[in-house]
Amino acid sequence: MEEIIISPETEETAGNAETEEVVENAETEETAPLLEERPEGQSPKRKKANFKEQLVLHSMLLPGVVLVVIFMIVPMIGLVMAFEKYNVVQGFFGSPWVGFRHFSNLFNRPDFWQATRNTFIIAFWKIVFTSTLSILLALLINEINLHLIKKTVQTVLFLPYFLSWALLGNIMVDLFSYSGAINYFLEMLGIDPVYFITSNRWFRIIIVGTDVWKTIGYQIVVFLAAITNIDPALYEAAKIDGANHTQLVLHITLPGIMSMVVLMSILNIGNIMNAGFDQILVMYNPSVYETGDILDTMAYRIGLLQVGQYSVGTAIGFFKSVISAAFFSVSYFIAYKTKGYKIF
Amino acid sequence: MENATVKNRPMRMKISGPRRAFLILNTTFLILFALLCLAPFLNLLATSLSSDEAVNAGKVGLIPVGFTANAYKVLVTKIAFFRAFGMSVLRVVLGTAVSVGVITLGAYPLSKGNDAFRGRMFYTVLFIITMFFSGGLVPTYIVITKLGLSDNILALILPTAMNAWNMVLLINFFRQIPKDLTEAATLDGAGHYRILFQIVLPVSLPALATVILFTGVQHWNNWFDGLIYMSPDNFPLQTYIYNMINEANILRQQLVTNPGDAALLAQIPTKTLESAQIFIAILPVIPLYPFAQKFFIKGLVLGSVKE
Repeated sequence: MEEIIISPETEETAGNAETEEVVENAETEETAPLLEERPEGQSPKRKKANFKEQLVLHSMLLPGVVLVVIFMIVPMIGLVMAFEKYNVVQGFFGSPWVGFRHFSNLFNRPDFWQATRNTFIIAFWKIVFTSTLSILLALLINEINLHLIKKTVQTVLFLPYFLSWALLGNIMVDLFSYSGAINYFLEMLGIDPVYFITSNRWFRIIIVGTDVWKTIGYQIVVFLAAITNIDPALYEAAKIDGANHTQLVLHITLPGIMSMVVLMSILNIGNIMNAGFDQILVMYNPSVYETGDILDTMAYRIGLLQVGQYSVGTAIGFFKSVISAAFFSVSYFIAYKTKGYKIF
Repeated sequence: MENATVKNRPMRMKISGPRRAFLILNTTFLILFALLCLAPFLNLLATSLSSDEAVNAGKVGLIPVGFTANAYKVLVTKIAFFRAFGMSVLRVVLGTAVSVGVITLGAYPLSKGNDAFRGRMFYTVLFIITMFFSGGLVPTYIVITKLGLSDNILALILPTAMNAWNMVLLINFFRQIPKDLTEAATLDGAGHYRILFQIVLPVSLPALATVILFTGVQHWNNWFDGLIYMSPDNFPLQTYIYNMINEANILRQQLVTNPGDAALLAQIPTKTLESAQIFIAILPVIPLYPFAQKFFIKGLVLGSVKE
């Protein structure tokens, strides 16, 4: 069984892991080469050499393990502060214990549930629009029969992908601002200017729309690569049978990438709690907290910007991490069961 | 892509009427769509090259109005911008070197089977945990500041260096290197480090290039860590730009409440200068695109065939 894995750019923290996307074709049913068993009854000398060899392998993992323990495992242990009244002097283990008080306070705050809802809503629509539009555009781009135009369109759509939200978010805020270019064009069409950026009606639409704009080029490249991997013999055979172009797309191209589409959708479910922290941090403002504040931005505002609220910020982060891990585990488990997808 | 061209060429002679109409319509639509996606960048460039009056009046669309390169002339004298630029370059170089080094070393033993490397399961579980779960922003911030890494470039480099997702990419690539290659070297008495550096790495260049590209771009783009760990004098470029615009917006709001405050007005960078700085920050990434598309497909699609 052969599968092709495509992993996209990863987030800066491994915990915030983006999707790992996947899979294609299983034209040859090969059994994985069996690992060679080590012969039994080795001589003591061989065993010693082997032990040394194993030690060398462990030593190679040392730097990675040290970094993971310090910067990822210790913060996980630090989550105990969500149950404490944390203060810097007493630290993770000395601060007074308060149990679930921070959580029960949070659960009584309407803005907390609002942020939770916003997180789901924004992430959900981002996934839906990015997936459907990228498949559609990949199919259309694949139809262009002029190589240069095809490449150029692909590259232009890919352009925003490698740029940060610190730049793109500000470009977009200016574009949609009251005196920005969008309102300039609306005015030319005789439409009254709109306060897009401070409008709760528009904010989510702008967040989802600009995120689709940023990420769609990457997805298109992935799908176009999948289309290229389809066996050309299938098309030849269908043409001989008299299939027209539409039939080729519907019965060969689309099924050919379906496996990857399904898998990517499953893996996307694992990302449902990642609504785009840095994008929203750059683009939002207090007037759109109602529709645009997500758990990540709320945790940052309360945890790091307000004095002495470390524990509350941690509790919000903890809540998010737990739900996120649940979705992530379920989606990867389904991907493993249905598609044989494995991370390692 | 080759397939598509080969497929279409013999067909060109007998393209039917409706099909031709579709092709023209489709191509036109996609070109217009691409232009629409490009428009924000054109607007940015036009703003940076327009006069302040035109920009403030909201009169700039896709072409500069009242053309002037004034913003770029002012930009050249802005030491803070270039210091931030230098900081970003430093972090990209150091950060990528450390991260790719750690990942490469770790990927080699993990690309071996459970029998050839007996600790493999333990490490795999450890790394998978970090993919599923995280301590979140506040505890991570506290750990890093308690280590005394505030305002130290290591705070931008070390926490993200061990990226399990990039490591998986390399592991999958290492796995499909023919076993004969490494076995022959083992018989010749080469140790694991020598096998990694002299045999495995030279044949893994596409995968390595992909990981270097990803990591480098991430370091160039990360700005939030700069914001919370560094002091304004040591902000990397993206953080500097975020902060500059954020502060300008706060000042603009103050100006709404005290209109005509000349001292306040003097502190606010013009929109044209903001746009010029954003535009310059985009430029270093542009030359990567041709490589990106090539390596992406080669390094990612082929590079991670699991067997």
